[in-house]
Amino acid sequence: MTFGHLKNSKSKSMKKFLTGAVIFLLMSAAAYAGGYRIALQGQKQLAMGHTGVAVINSSELAFFNPAGLTFLEDSFTSSVGMNLVYSNIVFQNERYGWYTESESPVSTPFNAYASFKINEWASVGMAVYTPYGSSVEYPTNWEGSHLINEISLAAIFFQPTLSVKLTDKLSIGGGAILVSGSVDFTRNLDRSTTNVEGERLGVNINQSGITAWGYNLGLMFRPTTAFTLGVNYRSEIIVDAEEGEADFRNIPSNLQGQFSDGTFNASLPLPAELTFGASYQVNEKWLLAVDINRVFWDVYQSLDVEFSNGLVSENPRNYKNSTSYRFGMQYKANERFTLRGGYYFDESPIQSRYFAPETPRNDSNNFTGGLTFNLSEHFAIDASFLYIHFDEVNESYDFYQENGQNVSFGGTYKNNAFIPGLGVTYRL
Amino acid sequence: MRRSLYIPLLAGLFAACQPEFNDPVNEEGFYSSGEADLTTYVALGNSLTAGFADGALYRDAQINSYPNIIAQQFSLAGGGAFTQPLVNDNTGGLLANGQTISSPRLVLNFNENGSPVPVTLDAEPTTDITNVLEGPFNNMGVPGAKSYHLLANGYGNLGNFPTAANPYFIRMASSPDASILEDAVAQDPSFFSLWIGANDILGYATSGGTGVNQTGNLNPQTYGSNDITDPTLFGGVYQQILQGLTSNGAQGIVLNLPAVSGIPFFTTVPYNAIPLDAGTAALLNENYAAYNGGIRQLQAGGVISAEEADSRIISFQAGQNPVVILDESLTDLTGFNPALVNLRQATAEDLLPLPVSRVLGTLADPSNPLSVIGVAVPLNDAQVLTMTEVAEIEAVRAAYNNTIAALAQQFDLPLVDVDSLFDQLISQGIPYDGGTITATFGTGGAFSLDGVHLTQRGYAVIANEIIDQINLRYNASIPEVNAGYYPAVFVE
Repeated sequence: MTFGHLKNSKSKSMKKFLTGAVIFLLMSAAAYAGGYRIALQGQKQLAMGHTGVAVINSSELAFFNPAGLTFLEDSFTSSVGMNLVYSNIVFQNERYGWYTESESPVSTPFNAYASFKINEWASVGMAVYTPYGSSVEYPTNWEGSHLINEISLAAIFFQPTLSVKLTDKLSIGGGAILVSGSVDFTRNLDRSTTNVEGERLGVNINQSGITAWGYNLGLMFRPTTAFTLGVNYRSEIIVDAEEGEADFRNIPSNLQGQFSDGTFNASLPLPAELTFGASYQVNEKWLLAVDINRVFWDVYQSLDVEFSNGLVSENPRNYKNSTSYRFGMQYKANERFTLRGGYYFDESPIQSRYFAPETPRNDSNNFTGGLTFNLSEHFAIDASFLYIHFDEVNESYDFYQENGQNVSFGGTYKNNAFIPGLGVTYRL
Repeated sequence: MRRSLYIPLLAGLFAACQPEFNDPVNEEGFYSSGEADLTTYVALGNSLTAGFADGALYRDAQINSYPNIIAQQFSLAGGGAFTQPLVNDNTGGLLANGQTISSPRLVLNFNENGSPVPVTLDAEPTTDITNVLEGPFNNMGVPGAKSYHLLANGYGNLGNFPTAANPYFIRMASSPDASILEDAVAQDPSFFSLWIGANDILGYATSGGTGVNQTGNLNPQTYGSNDITDPTLFGGVYQQILQGLTSNGAQGIVLNLPAVSGIPFFTTVPYNAIPLDAGTAALLNENYAAYNGGIRQLQAGGVISAEEADSRIISFQAGQNPVVILDESLTDLTGFNPALVNLRQATAEDLLPLPVSRVLGTLADPSNPLSVIGVAVPLNDAQVLTMTEVAEIEAVRAAYNNTIAALAQQFDLPLVDVDSLFDQLISQGIPYDGGTITATFGTGGAFSLDGVHLTQRGYAVIANEIIDQINLRYNASIPEVNAGYYPAVFVE
């Protein structure tokens, strides 16, 4: 006879002290605009507050508004650039005296654009850019490690583009988008369970080379030579990870059956985005631009991960649609230098009580600047800088479960990000 | 070349730009120790203070001992460093000159039926007590220590082992002849905690009351390890400890003692653990008929009261049946008839220690199917803590707790009422943000697999009680910990 009450109740008792462990979640990612959107699609436009849907400046238009490519004067122009994202999160909880700083590595979103004028009314282009992604790392086994310890999320968009002038004042453009995505995510299974050696039970899921399709459409209207209006719509793209690798870590030998390694399936939506914008060429030197972005984040209701060992993790996200208000200006100082500046207000799609620590971001104020230095008739260097300021916010994520009840994780978060960028433009 | 310098420079610049909170918790002054001076905190006590769990002292449980938990929280309010005599590993167990003297920790395994069973971890201890650590240690909790051991010189002397020395103190004593109290006072503590006295009754309890209640005997030299310490002696010792600790003006906190009857060690094996069908019950009743007849005869002869005779009648029926036990407090009738031993069936007030579960229902003689332990073969004195013995322990514990309360008042120290806390734990459980911590063995979360000592989560609950009382008494604002972050039981 063994310990009486434990006897015929393996499932019951096991359940009780391991329920915490069987609730899983995969999350996506922090970013430098709301959610895991990374609005860094070109040095020139970023420097102008990431406006651009109505700015006829460069091949960056392939992203901002494909319709505009046909209005570019150069027969061929291309821009290649990269940003260094230094993002920081600090977290504290006054009730328990917790203080944690993220240790996120520098991430390097990039983009490459090219536009070729076929004739007076049609241009083709190619765009490669990384509008979604995240790279967040917290100290191992930090207080929120049952929600996230590390995430690296990347999505590269490849977009062949066609732009056609309907009239001298009106053009349309668009392109199909091929996405190549990858995810690598690690967290602990619950807040406390360790193996006999004292190592926390955890899980890593990863998959790369996930493909998905979407499209990008634009319309541009130039009522006068100085005044431009634009509208752009980039479709929603659902990235489905299928048969990705799921690696359960530090699992005691007696629990191997329950937490066996295998594969996972999950879907992550990259939301659709609709942008309206206008620009006004005040004079030879000054250009003003304004954009309003609407991102349809409400597609991101829940992140559900299914494991091949039968475990399922449901993680409510309940994002809401969000809007960004962007302002930019450009000053052409001389033939060598063009200076740019901008500001945008970025609304967070995350609702109160859904502040998971992979994106503990509230609304932000964003300040941008930059310049172009023309090396020659053909070559130019584009530099940009973005500083993102967040006020501190007291928030929580209330939908993690242990023993069948919601366990809130929260405190005060403060974020910031410094993002220098550098690019090269070549034109004929 | 110069340009290549800019990139790391830039990186360093931005990486250093962590956002700053308006009111950071890690900045001095956010939390306050109030009137308490937490510069040097020393914890005194027994296994509960050392962080003992799952039948052993092992590293992770030491790290989450309640003194270390509160010391970490103290450090947010000006508290100083806190050192512990950490063992080598998470295996637990001790060696003396290479010989194993205590086993590794218990972990949960699964038997062939898939049921969880606590088993001793299959590993070799590596912590040898002859390897004496360099102190001093802020955590002076010594597993196995009774109240008077804190004053005993030579308690850490290997030469006195095992009779008059403690293996855990041997490896941490500043010198072979130092006492625990001397080593504590030598650290000149500004703050102390004292949770001592549980072992003064626990050994008696877990041995099934085989020891001696030494009430009336004030000489601890004559005590056995399973004896109950005289309450007057306890009071004298407790006062000396507090005098020693407060001699330099230190502040502190004391903890009283919970009832042993509510711990899983005594509540897990039910008194009526024997399931029988009607046929077997009838057969057993037949076997006890002669015994029962003898009891009734002596009752009729006036040798024992009707009440005692009733309690000694053995009777089984279909369903769950109380186990048969030997109770030394019954009238000895063997002079009249050697067959009339001190048998009776257990009641709900009798407590069966956890290890009994391993033998209960098995055959005392494998070749004799009728030698079922607990039915045909009674549980012996060591295998049951009778209601009389429970009452004895409770009376002494009440005396200890009265002493602790009175001395706390005398020395102007706050008192953590662990007694009431355990009552709550046992009756309804203690809620935390991830559920409720209860005293249920294995799954309750409060008690480790030895059924006596707390889990790390249980120790966190104690730590919070201490923090609360310190905050209250000393006007401090030390933050609590979240019990949900501390593990409970461990699966192998």
